[in-house]
Amino acid sequence: MINAGDTAFVLAAAGLVLLMTPGLALFYGGMVRSKNVLGTFMQSLVMISVISVEWVLMGYSMSFGPDVGGLTGNLSWFALNTVGSAPSPTYATTIPQNAFMIYQCMFAIITPALITGAIAERIRFSSFIVFSLLWTILVYNPVCHWVWGSGGWLAARGVLDFAGGLVVHLTSGAAALAAVMVMGPRYNHGKRNFAPHNLPMTIIGTALLWFGWFGFNAGSALAANGIAATAFISTHLAGMTGMAMWIIMESLHGGKPTTLGAASGAVAGLATITPAAGFVGPIAAMTIGIIAGFVCYSAVNLKEKIGLDDSLDVVGIHGVGGIIGTICLGIFASKTVNAGGADGLLAGNASFLGTQIFGVLVVGLYAFVVSWILLKIINGTMGLRVNKEDEISGLDQSQHNETAYNN
Amino acid sequence: MGSFPDKHWREPAVAPFTTQGEKEKKMKKIEAIIKPFKLDDVKEALSAIGIKGMTLSEVKGYGRQKGHKEVYRGAEYQVDFIPKVKLELIVDAAQVDEIVECIRRAALTGKIGDGKIFVMPIEEVVRVRTGEKGSNAI
Repeated sequence: MINAGDTAFVLAAAGLVLLMTPGLALFYGGMVRSKNVLGTFMQSLVMISVISVEWVLMGYSMSFGPDVGGLTGNLSWFALNTVGSAPSPTYATTIPQNAFMIYQCMFAIITPALITGAIAERIRFSSFIVFSLLWTILVYNPVCHWVWGSGGWLAARGVLDFAGGLVVHLTSGAAALAAVMVMGPRYNHGKRNFAPHNLPMTIIGTALLWFGWFGFNAGSALAANGIAATAFISTHLAGMTGMAMWIIMESLHGGKPTTLGAASGAVAGLATITPAAGFVGPIAAMTIGIIAGFVCYSAVNLKEKIGLDDSLDVVGIHGVGGIIGTICLGIFASKTVNAGGADGLLAGNASFLGTQIFGVLVVGLYAFVVSWILLKIINGTMGLRVNKEDEISGLDQSQHNETAYNN
Repeated sequence: MGSFPDKHWREPAVAPFTTQGEKEKKMKKIEAIIKPFKLDDVKEALSAIGIKGMTLSEVKGYGRQKGHKEVYRGAEYQVDFIPKVKLELIVDAAQVDEIVECIRRAALTGKIGDGKIFVMPIEEVVRVRTGEKGSNAI
């Protein structure tokens, strides 16, 4: 039975989630040097084209189609065969199935776009397209099926992920780590100045991400109901405390509170609350945001010491955020908030925490290993990096024949 | 072609270059590199003693002040070249001491990084519109 309110809500939420991808382009674009801003924008924007086609043809069927051994959906819904405006009997039963399909499409688009922050300023555009497409097929679609698909094996073991802590943030964070290890640091990294070229652009991107995140998390209730409101509030509160905690950490650490720190803390809080948004109450959400600000700040600082050039901190913010959010859900989840969820450690159910940690290990390892192999193969055949001359002249010129700022 | 120097040639009475050299001592260029926020103070102080024109550039550089440190997500960058303002004035040699002292006082904060003032000789000045030369063109 189609509910008009639910349908309107999910379609609006789908629009909000799409907006996050250009928002991410601004967020990342401001943080790179001016010679790479268009190349960085393009890496996010082009995902809207590439992944939408992939999703309609096979991604939706692999993720949500009829189950094959708990591991993947089959391809019987290829090119949206049988997927129409009638509600699905299993997913979001009060809205047209094609509304559910296009809502999920937006998640598949932004996930590979998130990875681009780790490999910023040095990847070849053609290799990036090939990597993202294969990565979505080999990593995103299967993990999406395991966690959210009907019959998925992690879902069957009780692993919960409200809006994508595992499916979106941990998969992209693990892939980012693999990419940083395979590709190596940018030329002259650690010797020259890699300061962001336009922080106001990054702040605008943060604002659009935060706005879109309401669609991402509240929309994941897939109905205009109380759980959507709970998720909406959790999202806002965790973003807010994440931002506060990050700038407190900067100040305590002997520095000054920075705008980039405020933006980073907000995104860390938002990413961390994502798996828990519809399953925890407001005080738990604020606590999760505080933990996110503390842990992600520490992770980003640790990177400097290890010497990995995760250029825009995808691992430290999305990877670590996805991990601690999923684990925090094992601690703070409560059936009094969402009867369809679970009780966590604080509600006396320690085994659910174990289940969540198992989910983190499985998804993290799978995404890392498959990404690493895929990157190695592409590096050995097409080559992942632009040559040194092109890297010095910048991606805008060398990959796109354009310059962002002409006066 | 006749041989050179031929019998009609004679040395000029006064070599043109020497004439320029005499003028040169009468005009000086003052270059002052100052903190950008002191520009208004310096400009007002110079107007008050009758200076009618100057050229201004935004420049970057460093001296004893060195640069400063910027921190982005925990990554520290040493910014070596910091923004300064460069003023250039061409003046009569007689006024130089007064003007230099005027700039120095107006640009002074007492902290490191206040800048430097250079004085150098000028060979010739030409006003484009009228073709006037020397002190008249200043």
